[in-house]
Amino acid sequence: MTEKSEHVLVPKHTKLSEKDKKALLEKYTITLKEIPKILKSDPAIAHLGLQEGDVVKIFRKSHTSGESVYYRGVINA
Amino acid sequence: MEEQYVYKQVNSISFGMLSPKMIKKMASVKVVTPELYDKEGYPVDGGLMDTRMGVIDPGLKCKTCGSKLKECVGHFGYIELARPVIHIEFIPLIVNMLRFTCRECGKVLIPKPKADKLREDLNNAEKEIGLERRRRIVKEIITSLKTTNKCPHCKSRQHKIALEKPTTFIENDKRLSPIEIRARLEKISDEDCELFGLNPTVMRPEWSVMTIFPIPPVTMRPSITLESGERSEDDLTHKLGDIVRINQRLFENINAGAPEIIIEDLWDLLQYHITTFFDNNVAQLPPARHRSGQPLKTIAERIRSKEGRIRYNLAGKRTNFSARTVISPDPMLALNEVGVPSVIAMKLTIPERATTWNMEYLKKFVKKGPGEYPGANYIVRPDGKKKRITDETKEQLLEEIQPGYIVERHLMDGDIAIFNRQPSLHRMSMMCHKVRVLPGKTFRLNPSVCHPYNADFDGDEMNLHIPQTEEARVEAEMLMEVPTQLISPAYGLSVIGCIHDSTSGNYLLTKFLSFDREDAVEILISSGITDLSKLPNKKMFTGKEIFSVLLPDDFSFTGHSKGCKKGEGDKCPAGTHVVIENGKLVDGILDSATLGKGSGLLLREMHSKYGEKYTTQFIEKVSKLGINVLLKTGFTATLSDTDLPETAKEKIKGLLDKANDEIRELIDSYRSGLLESFPGKTLKETVELKIIEVLNRARNKTGSIVTEYCSKETNTISMINSGARGNMLNLAQMAACIGQQALRGKRIDSGFTDRTISAFQKNDLSAPAHGFIAGGFKQGTKPHEFFFAAMTGRDSLMDTALRTPKSGYLYRRLANAMQDLKVEYDSTVRDASKKIVQYSYGEDGIDVSRSTGGTIDVKKIIQEVIKG
Repeated sequence: MTEKSEHVLVPKHTKLSEKDKKALLEKYTITLKEIPKILKSDPAIAHLGLQEGDVVKIFRKSHTSGESVYYRGVINA
Repeated sequence: MEEQYVYKQVNSISFGMLSPKMIKKMASVKVVTPELYDKEGYPVDGGLMDTRMGVIDPGLKCKTCGSKLKECVGHFGYIELARPVIHIEFIPLIVNMLRFTCRECGKVLIPKPKADKLREDLNNAEKEIGLERRRRIVKEIITSLKTTNKCPHCKSRQHKIALEKPTTFIENDKRLSPIEIRARLEKISDEDCELFGLNPTVMRPEWSVMTIFPIPPVTMRPSITLESGERSEDDLTHKLGDIVRINQRLFENINAGAPEIIIEDLWDLLQYHITTFFDNNVAQLPPARHRSGQPLKTIAERIRSKEGRIRYNLAGKRTNFSARTVISPDPMLALNEVGVPSVIAMKLTIPERATTWNMEYLKKFVKKGPGEYPGANYIVRPDGKKKRITDETKEQLLEEIQPGYIVERHLMDGDIAIFNRQPSLHRMSMMCHKVRVLPGKTFRLNPSVCHPYNADFDGDEMNLHIPQTEEARVEAEMLMEVPTQLISPAYGLSVIGCIHDSTSGNYLLTKFLSFDREDAVEILISSGITDLSKLPNKKMFTGKEIFSVLLPDDFSFTGHSKGCKKGEGDKCPAGTHVVIENGKLVDGILDSATLGKGSGLLLREMHSKYGEKYTTQFIEKVSKLGINVLLKTGFTATLSDTDLPETAKEKIKGLLDKANDEIRELIDSYRSGLLESFPGKTLKETVELKIIEVLNRARNKTGSIVTEYCSKETNTISMINSGARGNMLNLAQMAACIGQQALRGKRIDSGFTDRTISAFQKNDLSAPAHGFIAGGFKQGTKPHEFFFAAMTGRDSLMDTALRTPKSGYLYRRLANAMQDLKVEYDSTVRDASKKIVQYSYGEDGIDVSRSTGGTIDVKKIIQEVIKG
């Protein structure tokens, strides 16, 4: 089977290190509650083996800015 | 009693049912008789209009709280029902309760361990996620419940319970009386109630079968005294009279030991009256009616639907100081003006507070009164008492008026008004205008502001609101006046620009017109341009020189006009490059691409350089200039604009003949079976597709022939080329060929058996038999062509009529879903609960209303910085 995360239409998802995660939360003065969510079972991050509370960094193609960076917090079910 | 204000924050709201105890406790009367008034016309004690339930007559005092009309909000009463009655709104709850609890022991039909687990789940869900989740789980529990035959607790047999709508319950072909139902509901334990989503402290299930019935206060069902002196009671009072009367009869019959059948009949009747008291639109019940046959408006009807309390009185309130009438154009008005008919100006008022300094000024209005413009309608005393100015009171009021009084004077030129056209889809649908009082009966507006309102003058109506306080006026002026709305926040370009005649006027002016000094000055002066110092010292002026008078001296601009398709490329087709250098139009023709709404880059440029006020005036001047040029030269579209030379006519004829031949060949090959079908298509579909393709090609070719051969100097062509109105297709349809009439994306195919109209042979596949109209509008249509055109015309009319509300609702949902998204100071987009939606607005953080078409030209900014 083809790896879904490698499909051209799936933007690149990476795990955010604990340090970067802390920096992100501090930058926006938020907690994980305010971050957009993503399911742990989402096909795009299934291969990363993430846990609840992790944050994924997503590089998306954007019509307005070429490439944009987005963050989503991993949740269970 | 002195009023006291208590400031508290609402922490939570709980919803529950009224218990019989509660009903008795809050009641101040026990109603015992359906009578309303005695012989003297006073309310009967213990009747439905008892003054202990509040007063509706001026002069009477409420016997419960002692206050007068309007001060007393009213008090409930109650009646004791002879037999219990089911409350219609709780039928679904009762059904669930009866079906899923044991008929003997009253426990839920779930084994104990599972029930305990569910209860725990519920409590956990509430603690962790909140009430919303709890409600969802309750819903899931109820839907997952299945009827069981045996109670898992006491092992007794369960029977099937059927609901015979609306209010009768049947168990094993035997009717369950409300008494039995109530008894069963009573048996259900508090713990089990929780599984059904009830909070047993405020909502015991048995309370849904009423034994005590609350009588609503008189104040919510006031009677009206007719002119004849007769009293007309509210619908609710009528209904309550029925209830009380039947209840009494039921009591009497029970006490007299009447036969069971009579009692049951009365009981059912009581059930009917109480049901319709709450909801007179129950599916299976005939609605209770007045003697006139019109249905009663009971409690549910008061709240529900478009005419109900919520949508009529809460979500949509009526407003004072507003007006609505038909709109019409007036190009001589400023962009931010609105022409108000004098009739309306004399009805709408502005409150002005009298001081020692403006006393004489205000007295002038009072002297004129309400009938003469500009006068005043009311005077408000400092204690809030409002007095109408009439011929009789005028003299006295003039004496009385002193500082602190407020005069409500007529609307005058320069007053602030908010102008609106529905549907108000974006913020430009409500803009602030300055009033201009004019004769006539319509609102007048500058045709250039039609676009943001999406208005035209085929009978459109618009609304006008007059802000009543200084703050409101300032706010409206600063935030929503027309000049502040020039740049669309959706795409960052001007929403207001030249339209129609002003576009074609400027196009002709800058293309080839020239005027002598006299005419040029006349045109400029009548367009409101008084500074003619930029006019060169010559006898004749080209249009470009005249246009340049409007431009500021330090303004430079390069852009493209409509004919240029390249966009940014350096080589534009001749005459499509617009160059303005230091306030002089050096080259190019101005058209809708530079001056128009939406694409008008020249306007955008001017806005960012000279600001909104200057741009507004520029738009006004340019539109007037265009119109005045046309006034000077004359401008009209004539029938001969659609004339074609003989060669073109022959070419088109040959073209259409060739297409018909091709189609004939296609049909022949289809008939003989030689045609090969497209993959995935039947043979028939294949011919259809091929025929459509041939016809489309023919149509397009006629279009290009018309473009090529038509006279280039006509006004119709000028309108098309300037982008003022119309396009080449419109002209081609008039001059040469209307083309294929399509119904649902296909050629016309319906009608009689195997043919569209009986004028054709059966199974005729040719072009004319399926709605191809070879002639143009000028030549006229043949009867069958006319018929086909009418078919598609009706179809598209229907289509728009059906699509508008659908897309409107779609947009409404979208707008409601996104209405509280906000860009925070850290540039993130967040919702009302501060959850992040985007980390940077639009992913690039650009404020579109400050950009040019959504982008920012950094190169240009750098160049400007280096230069300046």
